[in-house]
Amino acid sequence: MASHALTHTGHGEINYLDYKGKYSGILGWIFSTDHKRIGLLYLSGVTLFFVVGIFLGLMLRLEQLTMGETVVSARTYNTLFTLHGVIMIFLIVIPAIPAVLGNFFLPIQVGAKDVAFPRLNLFSWWLYMTGAVLALVSLFTKGGFPDTGWTFYAPYNIRTTTNVPLAVFAVFILGFSSILTGLNFITTVHRLRAPGMTWFRLPLFVWALYATSWIQILATPVVGITMLLIFFERLTGVGIFDPAKGGDPILYQHLFWIYSHPAVYIMILPGMGVVTEIIPTFARRTIFGYKAIAASSLGIALAGSLVWGHHMFVSGQSYTASVVFSLLTFLVAIPTAIKVFNWVATLYKGSIHLEPPLLYALSFIFLFMIGGFTGVMLGVLSVDVHLHDTYFVVGHFHYVMFGGTMMAFIAGMHYWFPKMFGRMYNKRVATLAWALIFIGFNMLYFTMLILGFEGMPRRYYDHLPQYHSGHVVATVGSWILVLGLLIMIINLVRALKSGPKAEANPWQGTTLEWQVPSPPPHENFEEIPVVDRGPYDH
Amino acid sequence: MISNFVGRVDNTFLFVITISVVFFLGLTAAMIYFVVHYHHRKHPKGENIHGSLPLELLWTVIPTILVLIIFYYGMVGYREMQSIPKDAFPVKVYGAMWKWTFEYENGLITDTLYVPAGKPVVLHLESRDVIHSFYIPAFRIKQDAVPGVPTKMWFTANEPGSYQVLCAEYCGDRHSYMLSEVRAMPQQEFDTWYASASKELPAPAPVAQAKKPAGEEKKAGEETGEGDPERGKRIVQGKGACTACHSLDGSRLVGPSFKGLFGRKETVLVDGKEQEVVVDEAYVIESIKNPSAKVVKGYQPLMPPQQLTDQEIRDVIAYLKTLK
Repeated sequence: MASHALTHTGHGEINYLDYKGKYSGILGWIFSTDHKRIGLLYLSGVTLFFVVGIFLGLMLRLEQLTMGETVVSARTYNTLFTLHGVIMIFLIVIPAIPAVLGNFFLPIQVGAKDVAFPRLNLFSWWLYMTGAVLALVSLFTKGGFPDTGWTFYAPYNIRTTTNVPLAVFAVFILGFSSILTGLNFITTVHRLRAPGMTWFRLPLFVWALYATSWIQILATPVVGITMLLIFFERLTGVGIFDPAKGGDPILYQHLFWIYSHPAVYIMILPGMGVVTEIIPTFARRTIFGYKAIAASSLGIALAGSLVWGHHMFVSGQSYTASVVFSLLTFLVAIPTAIKVFNWVATLYKGSIHLEPPLLYALSFIFLFMIGGFTGVMLGVLSVDVHLHDTYFVVGHFHYVMFGGTMMAFIAGMHYWFPKMFGRMYNKRVATLAWALIFIGFNMLYFTMLILGFEGMPRRYYDHLPQYHSGHVVATVGSWILVLGLLIMIINLVRALKSGPKAEANPWQGTTLEWQVPSPPPHENFEEIPVVDRGPYDH
Repeated sequence: MISNFVGRVDNTFLFVITISVVFFLGLTAAMIYFVVHYHHRKHPKGENIHGSLPLELLWTVIPTILVLIIFYYGMVGYREMQSIPKDAFPVKVYGAMWKWTFEYENGLITDTLYVPAGKPVVLHLESRDVIHSFYIPAFRIKQDAVPGVPTKMWFTANEPGSYQVLCAEYCGDRHSYMLSEVRAMPQQEFDTWYASASKELPAPAPVAQAKKPAGEEKKAGEETGEGDPERGKRIVQGKGACTACHSLDGSRLVGPSFKGLFGRKETVLVDGKEQEVVVDEAYVIESIKNPSAKVVKGYQPLMPPQQLTDQEIRDVIAYLKTLK
């Protein structure tokens, strides 16, 4: 995707890290409207919360190491898994790829100087931090952080004495951050593409973010309203979801999942986009089935918005509704399968360089396949009746959210790190960390799948003797996994300061971000490039 | 097979696992093969293959057919779970934080679910407070008990024996201890047990309650006026599930024991300030309707307000007074 305009760029331009704007120091960051700096602001937030979320997960696993009380009380345990879920989902898995990598690379990949609304972009980050701080405050205020589980099911959310209103208000604020980012990306893709950057010359990461943004705009308001309704019900005592006051708890589940199932695709689609960038680069060939991958992103976004009822097969929902939701759920499997086939086919007759980003991308495919197949199993009506609300579900969504999205995020960080910071990390350490993460991950979550099939319910403070050995294996797996994650994070942080200088295009990537210097100049391009070919033409 | 559903559910599951494993291993093998075979040292120049329509059609159509078959098997199994036989033996199941209670047609109340083996059993689920889920892993079935929304589930236990019952919907601090048991017995043995257990039932007064809709139940109670300790006992140990948290023998559970409750001096917290109360009728009524107003020191404010009629509260008080 080279262009004539770009051949002489780079020299003499100040990169975005050294650029001096109106403010300096920390203010130059938190008031910056540069999409790249905002991407890094999100990165610092996401990394910080990720470490917290990992620690909470580790505590949960530690509690399950023995039967009875191990390290915390039941109430604390219930708060911990709620906090773990809320932090991981709303502060990490949803924003990680769009808000960090998307913010940084979407404008560059479409050939723009910034997103369409830079100040709105900064405002989104401020909302994100506000939401995070509110969630933090609820930890230390009357009643403490909720013990409801991240799903905040009614009427337990009314009954519990914990500080539910503040926590759901935090989620409401975080929702706005997500909506505004989506709005920004859609407008940017429509309005700011460089000359010659036709829709079918867009990198597939942009397609994935574009599809994601539509779900963010259309589905997030539903959870916002739902959270406000809980807030209202808790404070005024009006019966909305509480049957004791004439409310309907099943209505709550519908409203919650109308957002929260599509949210799963908000989480996974950008990850698929990252992997779609990495594979052609390291196979040194073009992507297999460009249009099929682009279309399947839209297909997943559309079909995925209509399947929320598959969380409710045993809730008392009508037989007909369950059957329809099950059928629609299987339809999502098809565009998903198409993507996997295309990724594998892209390796065919390539010239493969097995660098850390590709290792992570391939393990994404491996783990995501397990997540996908277990998802198919959960979509089967009669089988779901047995598996619903067991560790099988917990294992399944960790394979998708962690093995999928977060593995793609880590892959993306290793792929774009030299571009973002102009330095290269230690590849050997990165590979070692990958191996530990891969082994620990499967030990932890595959064991959960087995425990779930054996009937171990989720959100259990204590476990029965027949599940004990499985829990021990999973807990040991969690230690290996966390060790790998820490090594991975430390390796990247060290490279920030002391890594060797990276070239502009260390992986021989073909998309526009590899045509600008590392780190990119303040406004990305000296002159807006003219695009005359597809994104992955090697 | 332990229950009538185990065979079909497990076979469907196995069918999906088989398909999944074939695809999973195939794709993983292809991935590894390509990475090794087309490694840049062996294959220095990549070929730009943009796609292949026949291949893409193939891997769209085949998964579509497979998932439709899988969907169909799941639907058939699910339909069976939803089609409750008319002659099924009915039992009421009350879920309450954090206890399952079972009530039979003749008013008999138990903590364990006794059922005749080889005969369809239908469970009518009700929840007293939040959502619970009645789960028997060995039978492969689960159904939520939703407050205000009656739900049903059924099964036939084919082999006599004891099977675990778990609560599968998160319901608070003691969620993981909300356990019970299904005991399936040969028909004759069941009949003997049922007859002997029913002997201890109190006089006929409340017997028909199980069949009456909730509205009539209330009316029948209100006519009587005075508290009846026998009816109170049934509420406390039965559908009220009070004994999940309050022991009858003086031992400490989640809440204070009912033993010797009346006339007892308690230190309670009112808005964080300590206060002495002597347990009387007014205090008990307040503690049922608005439990967090005066919480006994040393206990957590966990109890939800109870939806009992005035008559039921009078019955409960009458019973509590007997616990010296």
